[in-house]
Amino acid sequence: MTIAWTAFTPWLSLAGGLLIGVAAALLVLFNGRIAGISGIVGGLLAPRRGDIAWRVAFVAGLLAAPAAWIALAAAPHLHVAASAPVLVAAGLLVGVGTRLGSGCTSGHGVCGISRGSRRSIAATATFMAAGFAVVFAVRHLLGG
Amino acid sequence: MRTTLAFFAGLVFGLGLLLSGMADPAKVLGFLDLAGAWDPSLMFVMGGAVGVGAVAFAAARRRTRSLLGEPMQLPTATAIDRRLLAGALLFGAGWGLAGFCPGPALVALGLGEGKAAVFVAAMLAGMGLFEFVQRRRLAARPEAASR
Repeated sequence: MTIAWTAFTPWLSLAGGLLIGVAAALLVLFNGRIAGISGIVGGLLAPRRGDIAWRVAFVAGLLAAPAAWIALAAAPHLHVAASAPVLVAAGLLVGVGTRLGSGCTSGHGVCGISRGSRRSIAATATFMAAGFAVVFAVRHLLGG
Repeated sequence: MRTTLAFFAGLVFGLGLLLSGMADPAKVLGFLDLAGAWDPSLMFVMGGAVGVGAVAFAAARRRTRSLLGEPMQLPTATAIDRRLLAGALLFGAGWGLAGFCPGPALVALGLGEGKAAVFVAAMLAGMGLFEFVQRRRLAARPEAASR
């Protein structure tokens, strides 16, 4: 392992993380809901009356964030190396896995750990390990 | 009011992802690449988020109603079971493949990234598939319903 010093952005990362924390704080303190994106989206696939508008609104906010960003700063350039078949496989795994595991990086990683939930700590450690393993396999074993 | 707040929360969340660079799969994969040139940034994002979140959830835990009068709906499950771990493994594997998880993928979609659209479509298909299988199992064997 070497440290990617030129890529590492400690202050922007902390600042972005603070914003994410504020967003989660707003949703739980004002709406009483967990800012777990897989759960918010998943709840739209089995919609219950009275439980739809806030989910749509939150997702709309996520989708609108780039427009707000571009009003203030340059549009970020994304680097998506995955091919279409890999994106499909990844999406399916994330879709099934987040519903089976009751959460993702925001639900378990941010909200769950903030709550001190042992379930979320275990889930986060597990999905991190799986992520590390897959990237290791793809980049260092399979030469991808 | 709660709908407006949810929109604002989503907006702030998305801005946080953009500011920290987490909407860029390459940056996320840089964190997951322990054997390569490792970028610790994601850890700092988590740290910042949990730092604020811990205070908010400590306050939320003591309430039964939110500030807008909604029921406080915090998760109650505590068991670390096979479903949780299996789901986390699958999710983590998918995350490591493309560097996308649900939030960043939606933000990237908002940026007009076509590849994010492919991922999100597949993710919704995966979620829908899970929902479908779950319902069929519930209908066939009610005692198989998860807690």
